[in-house]
Amino acid sequence: MAGYILRRLLQAIPVFIGTTFLIYFMVFALPGDPIIALFGDKTPNPAIVAQLRQQYHLDQPFIVQYLIYMGGIFQGNFGVSFSGQPVIEILARTFPVTLRLAVIALLMETIAGILVGMVAGLRKGKLFDGTTLAISLILISLPVFVIAFVAQFVFGVQLGWARTTVGDGAPIQDLILPAIVLASISFAQIVRLTRSSVIETSSLDFVRTAYSKGLGRRRIIPVHILRNSLIPVVTYLATDFGVLLVGATVTEGIFNVPGVGNTLYQAIIRGEGPTVVSFVTVMVLIYLLVNLAVDLLYGLLDPRIRYVK
Amino acid sequence: MSNDVNESPVTSTPARSANHFVAPLEETPLVAIDVVKVAEKPSNLWIDAWRDARSRPIFWISGVLILLVLVVAILPGLFTSVAPNNDCQLALSNGGPTDGHPLGFTKQGCDVYSRIINGTSTSLTVGIIVILLTTVLGVVFGAFAGFYGGWLDSFLSRIGDIFFSIPYILAAVVIMSVLSEYRSVWTISLAIGIFAWPSTARVLRAEILSVKQSDYVMASYALGVSKLRILFRHVLPNAIAPVIAITTISLAAAIVAEATLSFLGVGLGSDIMSWGNEINQAQRDIRTHPQTLIYPSIALSITVFAFILMGEVIREALDPKARALR
Repeated sequence: MAGYILRRLLQAIPVFIGTTFLIYFMVFALPGDPIIALFGDKTPNPAIVAQLRQQYHLDQPFIVQYLIYMGGIFQGNFGVSFSGQPVIEILARTFPVTLRLAVIALLMETIAGILVGMVAGLRKGKLFDGTTLAISLILISLPVFVIAFVAQFVFGVQLGWARTTVGDGAPIQDLILPAIVLASISFAQIVRLTRSSVIETSSLDFVRTAYSKGLGRRRIIPVHILRNSLIPVVTYLATDFGVLLVGATVTEGIFNVPGVGNTLYQAIIRGEGPTVVSFVTVMVLIYLLVNLAVDLLYGLLDPRIRYVK
Repeated sequence: MSNDVNESPVTSTPARSANHFVAPLEETPLVAIDVVKVAEKPSNLWIDAWRDARSRPIFWISGVLILLVLVVAILPGLFTSVAPNNDCQLALSNGGPTDGHPLGFTKQGCDVYSRIINGTSTSLTVGIIVILLTTVLGVVFGAFAGFYGGWLDSFLSRIGDIFFSIPYILAAVVIMSVLSEYRSVWTISLAIGIFAWPSTARVLRAEILSVKQSDYVMASYALGVSKLRILFRHVLPNAIAPVIAITTISLAAAIVAEATLSFLGVGLGSDIMSWGNEINQAQRDIRTHPQTLIYPSIALSITVFAFILMGEVIREALDPKARALR
């Protein structure tokens, strides 16, 4: 296990360097002057442009710019937003909200997804199975903003069961609706994953042995089938947690959840290039760390993975 | 019983063969077997897949939907004669359906139906450019990494990891913000495709790793066929099925990505007709005039649904293991 962890950590280093380099390259080396873009349609004052260039080290060679930027990241300096606030401070304020939203969504999709997927898998080919598969395919086909708008319109505007936007301090009851929207797509994936995994496990020898030993379904289903079917599901859930932490931009934007994604959404709408970049960098770092944790978890759950070179 | 088993290693071969029982051949005449074999239709993975797919109703449902979307995209003039941009009248802002304008009007007083019809080709074009890009990049990276192995595999796989570890909507947001002056169907496809190819490469690499162990590949080596020729003649054609299977689903994902980016306001310029742009412009009036938002959303969802359904059929048809799960 120690060797496996070490190998995964070593593999993550070039990916981390490459990823940050890529983001940096995209922003500062592609055509289009980021400093001029800051001014929008206005003609910039050359003195201010020169000062900003120096501030962002744009007068240095590209590789030096990148090294300065990386040095900043290692000191916890992720840049400054358009309004002059350090990105790390904005994160400290918004991240807890996103975390709360992600945890609620994750709980809902896990419980509902595994339950429905397991029943569908055990009743393969029956009506329940067919209906579930059809619904999950429809859910997967609906873009998240479509689900969000329909939920907002039906439950918020027409039925009045929930507030259309999240209020101050993001109380739990306001987060339920956006969490359902976030959970719905992953729910469909978890159902499909659990179902196929349960079907596969049910046909394995040890399950047949358990039946022939005379064990009842009450014991075989949770202990023999479910436990052995959950490895791919747990990995998916962990990856999805990473996606929820960074990828809720659209949902948070629509429901005005004061989280990380919404801050990014507002920055995009207002065209604040540098803020967008600092945020995306931090999000990618979070995503990388979660994925690394998922890989380690996978190795812990399934011993076979550790020995694959 | 045990006597026989214990003796067998020491018994000499001629003595054993004398006692050996041989089943009479007359019972299964070889000619009969040959006749049966000749009468059977020739089959391979692709023929099997086609037979399986065409026997399923959802193949025909999604096929007809996709055909319809294609016809609308190529010949929008067949479905509407209303110009999407020129006839807009602010007096009709957010108006309900009238004669000749079945879905009502947008905030700018343009015909909703006409704008949806004319936006179809944008979504489809982006989807097709993206899958061309991801397939070419994915096949090149995946094939060389899987087939050659060693340091080349490590190098190519790490490059893939770098692109894979940036969620591609976030990456596309950054690229499109940087390229804000150059927004077009091409740049948005590039922004999506350049971060979407590693999954194709991973799928192909895994498949090639197992195919290259096959006996026919060994046989080609023994015959002295060059490595590159083995890769393109024997390994790649036998490993490409999973890539084909995910391509249709990638197309759907690319259409959603374009709509999401346009919806976020960093996608296509507002002068380009696109479902994402329509939804973006309609979102502020959701409380009062949901129809301008709902109709483009329906068009988008049905198109994506058709491609995902088709992707499922193709995936299950090409993968005998997935077929067993039905």
